[in-house]
Amino acid sequence: MTSTQAGQQELALETREISKHFGAVRAVDELSLAIPRQGTTSIVGPNGSGKSTLVNLLSGVLPLDGGMVIIEGEGLRVVKAHETPDHGLTRTFQEVRLFDQITVWDNIMVVLTERRLFPALFERAKPSTRQKAQAILEQVGMWDKRDSLAQELSYGQRKLVEIGRALAMNVNTYLMDEPFAGLFPQMIERVKDIMKQMRADGHTIVFISHNMDIVRELSDRIIVLDSGTLLAAGDVEPVLNSEEVIEAYLGA
Amino acid sequence: MPFDTQRIGELAGLMRNPAELGGYARRNIELWASLFIIGWAIAFMFWQGAGFAVIIGTVFAIWAILSVSLNLVVGFTGLLSVGHIGFFGIGAYTMAILTSDPAYEQLRTEAIPTFGWPFFAVLPICAVLAGLAAILVGVVFNRFRDDIFVLASFGFAIIAFNVFLNLRPVTRGAFGIHEIARPQVGGWYFDGELEFLLLCLVFLAVVMLISWLIVSSSFGRVLTAIREDEQAIEVFGYRATQYKLAVWVISAMMAGIAGGLFASWTTFIDPNSFILLESVLLVSIVILGGLATIWGSLLGAMAFVLLEEGMRFIPFLPTEYIGQARQVVLGILLVLLMLFRPQGLVGRYRL
Repeated sequence: MTSTQAGQQELALETREISKHFGAVRAVDELSLAIPRQGTTSIVGPNGSGKSTLVNLLSGVLPLDGGMVIIEGEGLRVVKAHETPDHGLTRTFQEVRLFDQITVWDNIMVVLTERRLFPALFERAKPSTRQKAQAILEQVGMWDKRDSLAQELSYGQRKLVEIGRALAMNVNTYLMDEPFAGLFPQMIERVKDIMKQMRADGHTIVFISHNMDIVRELSDRIIVLDSGTLLAAGDVEPVLNSEEVIEAYLGA
Repeated sequence: MPFDTQRIGELAGLMRNPAELGGYARRNIELWASLFIIGWAIAFMFWQGAGFAVIIGTVFAIWAILSVSLNLVVGFTGLLSVGHIGFFGIGAYTMAILTSDPAYEQLRTEAIPTFGWPFFAVLPICAVLAGLAAILVGVVFNRFRDDIFVLASFGFAIIAFNVFLNLRPVTRGAFGIHEIARPQVGGWYFDGELEFLLLCLVFLAVVMLISWLIVSSSFGRVLTAIREDEQAIEVFGYRATQYKLAVWVISAMMAGIAGGLFASWTTFIDPNSFILLESVLLVSIVILGGLATIWGSLLGAMAFVLLEEGMRFIPFLPTEYIGQARQVVLGILLVLLMLFRPQGLVGRYRL
């Protein structure tokens, strides 16, 4: 890839021969890829091609079986989930994982407050933190629902709160695992708008999607995975029109 | 209980339409449960006289310290521990041994080390030793989740009981330790039951205050997030294991205090006070009262003590069956509660 030679500073994320095996299944198999800073990169591929596993590896939710992840120029052989925000990375989950039995408000507040144990014991919510939480909830349009328990929301609303929770982290890189799956068209437009705003604010977005129209609309670059390996990467149209990608998707 | 204008309006509507009363009671079960149990307690006090009320008040205070502290772990953090009685026992034995006076004759049969330290010097040690035990146990338990955690805490309760029973050079095993000293400050003895009740209530208030400060802080919010999804909260930069260990140790220290108070109050302890059943009853109190609510744990402890002591006075029940009958009634109540109100009397969350 040409972008690798352009210099390490330009990369938000890089993987070098990372692997993850589940028994005999090679979910991610010696995968090397580079994701440039800023802009939107989409990850596509057939079911079982390792997209979600890749995001889980990058965010430390699953341990690496081999290889190295480079986040913001820092090489990591072990990605610890609780250290990923320090590396400027956060994520959303494919199956929405909110804190179900606490309020929407607390779901946002919990990522805005003190991380260290003892200061957290003595910290009460500061007005500035409350303002941030309010701004986030207004941005995703969930301010009216702030006092509802997360489990009381509809699926689309839960997706929005989860995106809000990621936004509240205010990091450089966002990994979004299928942000559009299961949403009806109006919600899709809302999520698209939020992602466009994030891109305009200079964040790096990496998202997984099966919807090629959305991928074409939002992505600056595209990565195609197949059976845990890299099939193609680069600008959207040439990659999507290449023969091998069409073949993989048609299952030929 | 917030009495907002809406609720007052609702009550005014009820006055005009009594048929609605049942529906209203169902919607406000928290309020009615609280009023019912407190009313029951007051009635019980008038029925049995102040002297007995002081005694069950003390029993209540000690159970309440235990249930409020256990709720931090079970209700707020979502770690279903049935080993809490172990920390209670550590506190109780610490109190018994460190305050034991060499002058007491009964200690000759199976001599244990005697220290004769004063109550108020030993009480912090009860908390510290229970906390140290909790660190040791917690470091191991941090690997476990959900049902495996329950089993591990079950194991801890059994180990603690067997240590109390078999570490005879220290605990006198099944003989138990007698004549444990009552607290004393200068020349003032807490040997009256009322003084001891007040002392227990002071500690209950302190435990409740600390619990409230914890659960209303940023730390408390993280605990509830850990309860909901431990892996997800890690992604947002929190080390869940540290938080779990911290609340586990704080909770155990509170149980240690309760144990110290208990040993001094009864003046006699043996391993039978720290069996697994007591631990299970304690978890039942927490669930009965409501998970993740301090007020619920108080109500649960109060209801439990009233039930347990109140059945003593049922006239037609032969005395030899009272002990079993209490547990049967408690068991039936728990089953009914789980059927119709799985979140407990005043709780909002479910396990």
